Amino acid sequence: MSVGQTFLGLLEEHPRHGYDLKRAYDERFGRDRPLQYGQVYSTLARLLKRGFVEVDGVEPGGGPERKRYAITEAGVADVERWLAEPEAPEPYLQSTLYAKVALALLTGRGAQSILDVQRAEHLRAMRELTQRKASGDIADQLVCDHALFHLEADLRWLELTAARLDQLAEAVTR
Amino acid sequence: MTLLVGTGLSKAFGQTPALEDASVHVEAGEILAVMGPSGSGKSTLLHCLAGIVRPDAGRVVFAGQEVTAMSDGDRSNLRLREFGFVFQFGQLVPELPCVENVALPLRLEGVRRREAERRALEWLERLEVRDVADHRPGEVSGGEGQRVAVARALVSEPRVLFADEPTGALDSLNGERVMRLLTAAAHEADVAVVLVTHEPRVAAYSDREIVVRDGRTLDLATAA
Repeated sequence: MSVGQTFLGLLEEHPRHGYDLKRAYDERFGRDRPLQYGQVYSTLARLLKRGFVEVDGVEPGGGPERKRYAITEAGVADVERWLAEPEAPEPYLQSTLYAKVALALLTGRGAQSILDVQRAEHLRAMRELTQRKASGDIADQLVCDHALFHLEADLRWLELTAARLDQLAEAVTR
Repeated sequence: MTLLVGTGLSKAFGQTPALEDASVHVEAGEILAVMGPSGSGKSTLLHCLAGIVRPDAGRVVFAGQEVTAMSDGDRSNLRLREFGFVFQFGQLVPELPCVENVALPLRLEGVRRREAERRALEWLERLEVRDVADHRPGEVSGGEGQRVAVARALVSEPRVLFADEPTGALDSLNGERVMRLLTAAAHEADVAVVLVTHEPRVAAYSDREIVVRDGRTLDLATAA
């Protein structure tokens, strides 16, 4: 999740204080992982420095939480660029799991159990998401669906790897 | 409470073994997913548990009765009274309107037409397909047809519902709707479900899963 660009999008809606920005972010995008205040202000400082936001007003009392931020034209252009660009399809899971499986085979350990344990863990996570979806609103459902499809893809990879363990064992121990 | 147990089940078709010493237990009211690649033996396991196929070796016990020792007639009665079935497709009678399809198991049990159709309509309502009651199966969508099939499988309030790839012919959205309604109805009516699927997102509706690999069963909960 690109916090900076998400902030810009929220500021494009209307100017906000740092606290409002964090609350809007957490409510919409950060249910699983709310932002730390430190991250909010370091992100805003970076956006200020790059000219993507400006201080729109300061309420009496001082302190960073009293500043109101607004998006600049350069900020709007950055949001547009970000929205138009596809995300890199990162094969994040395989690298770690592949390393575990390959190392298990290399050291003469069983690799099937690694895959089975992972499979059970994946299905446990999918079950939780499916339950959460049943009681959630449409936003919750879409967030859960995205996670479910990713976990499903990982599971298919686990199954395929399980079916090719003999071949892999031959290759890594050659 | 354990409702259904299969122990040491083996079955071969000609020279080809489909199940080899497979074991499984189903608790009352639970949803058990049976997963595994195509040809791993998961449908054969379902057929053995449901008394459709007699295994070459092993025992199946349902609520204290040994299914594998029953005559064909007794097994057929057991299936009618205690088990419901949903398959991938082709299970509704094309000539009958949906409501009569759902009422069919009750009519076979001797329930009068009006009462059978009243109960059938209730189940169509629960599966959110009340409005297709008077349509024939050929006139409804795939997702609606499957929900009618689920209603028919549950109308006689069986203790076990056997579902073999119930969403296999549906797109994601319709498949999900079928699974959501099927699992909710089963939980509500305290019906155990044996759900054969190769789709992880369908298995995620279960309470527990086993994997069938080369005709053998593996309980992932104990493996982990």
